[in-house]
Amino acid sequence: MSESGHKGVLDWSIQPPYLYAPYVATVRRAPHHPLVPLAASLTELTGPIYGEGDIGPLDHDLTKNAAKNGEPLGERIIVTGRVLDQSGLGVPGVLVEIWQANAAGRYIHKNDQHEAPLDPNFVGAGRTLTDAKGFYRFITIKPGAYPWKNHFNAWRPAHIHFSLIGRNFSERLVTQMYFPGDPLLAYDPIYQGIPDTKARARLIASLDLETTQPEWALGYRFDIVLAGYDRTYFEPGGR
Amino acid sequence: MHPQHPSQTVGPFFAFALLREGSNVLVNDQTLGERIVLRGQVLDGDNEPVDDALVEIWQADAGGRFRHPADPRHAQADPHFKGFGRSGTSGEGFRFLTVKPGPVPPSPVPFVAVRVFARGMLIHAVTRVYFSDYDNTKDLVFARLDPARCHTLVAQRCELPGGVVYRWDIRLQGEGETIFFDL
Repeated sequence: MSESGHKGVLDWSIQPPYLYAPYVATVRRAPHHPLVPLAASLTELTGPIYGEGDIGPLDHDLTKNAAKNGEPLGERIIVTGRVLDQSGLGVPGVLVEIWQANAAGRYIHKNDQHEAPLDPNFVGAGRTLTDAKGFYRFITIKPGAYPWKNHFNAWRPAHIHFSLIGRNFSERLVTQMYFPGDPLLAYDPIYQGIPDTKARARLIASLDLETTQPEWALGYRFDIVLAGYDRTYFEPGGR
Repeated sequence: MHPQHPSQTVGPFFAFALLREGSNVLVNDQTLGERIVLRGQVLDGDNEPVDDALVEIWQADAGGRFRHPADPRHAQADPHFKGFGRSGTSGEGFRFLTVKPGPVPPSPVPFVAVRVFARGMLIHAVTRVYFSDYDNTKDLVFARLDPARCHTLVAQRCELPGGVVYRWDIRLQGEGETIFFDL
């Protein structure tokens, strides 16, 4: 998408375009000018660094981190995976934040007016850091599908929002995780906004029996390859 | 090379997870440097304020240093400066309480790296904000920008009774569209 010269970190054969008319809100929010190539400076090769002190002990467990008088309703699940860079190495210390609707398809956000019940024991927000090999793990409730106003009878497939902050300003991703076999994916302009069908499929977690805990919770595996400037840009400083 | 993971929109309902008390405050009372407020609106193609965007900033401290190992001077970086901030845009737009960054060598002028996320954006947009009280053409990136558009990256300094405010709007589309970078 950039004109020439410095190569950005994003692969535009994989990433969605700004303008994708079936997702109506893109029409007035999509930049029209081509992106301008940028020679990375130290500002883009650095970024915030997070440590264990930034994370609370229950932050990764959405079934407990907002519980008031019991457990949240719905299907308990484990969501885990590995954050890799494009060379296939695990990325440690990534801040992974997730947020989602409850089992009834309702967000706690004040602007969500979907007529479905809130759950007094569920907020739907969590955060964690990837470990030394790049793994993260959350315990949560399977979110419900919910209606939205993009077009008549529009429904979002069940999804969990993910935000990742990696080792420098260039390693930044906001995405969504979907569930295997969801028939709503075929009708969802946000999912369909990814041009490449193979890339699109990587937004779908896989049921993982190794992660599943017998008699307790199904497990889903969701690996994420984070684009960004290669670590060789700043390896001399070590970390 | 492993294929990178695709982006999806942040959607309208991120605030309860991504914005916390103090997310937009990069300083404490011991931070070195000139306190500034950086504020403005995100505007859509109809010139209407976008009230559900997320704006993130990353910048050097007042000495032009980053608390990150890629910066050879990181050991001298201000431990009381966060460098990173997040703001929503409901109400009057985004607002950050920070310090004026120092220039980061080799550039002789300071700037702040900015990322915008919103409902209706399947992928974020990256930009920079420079400051009106510098000759920004001395910055190699700024100097190569389209002269007709580079003003879209310059925040205007306003000295108000409550302190220094830099005003800067982000226009996603239309006349005065902000320059966005391929990062």
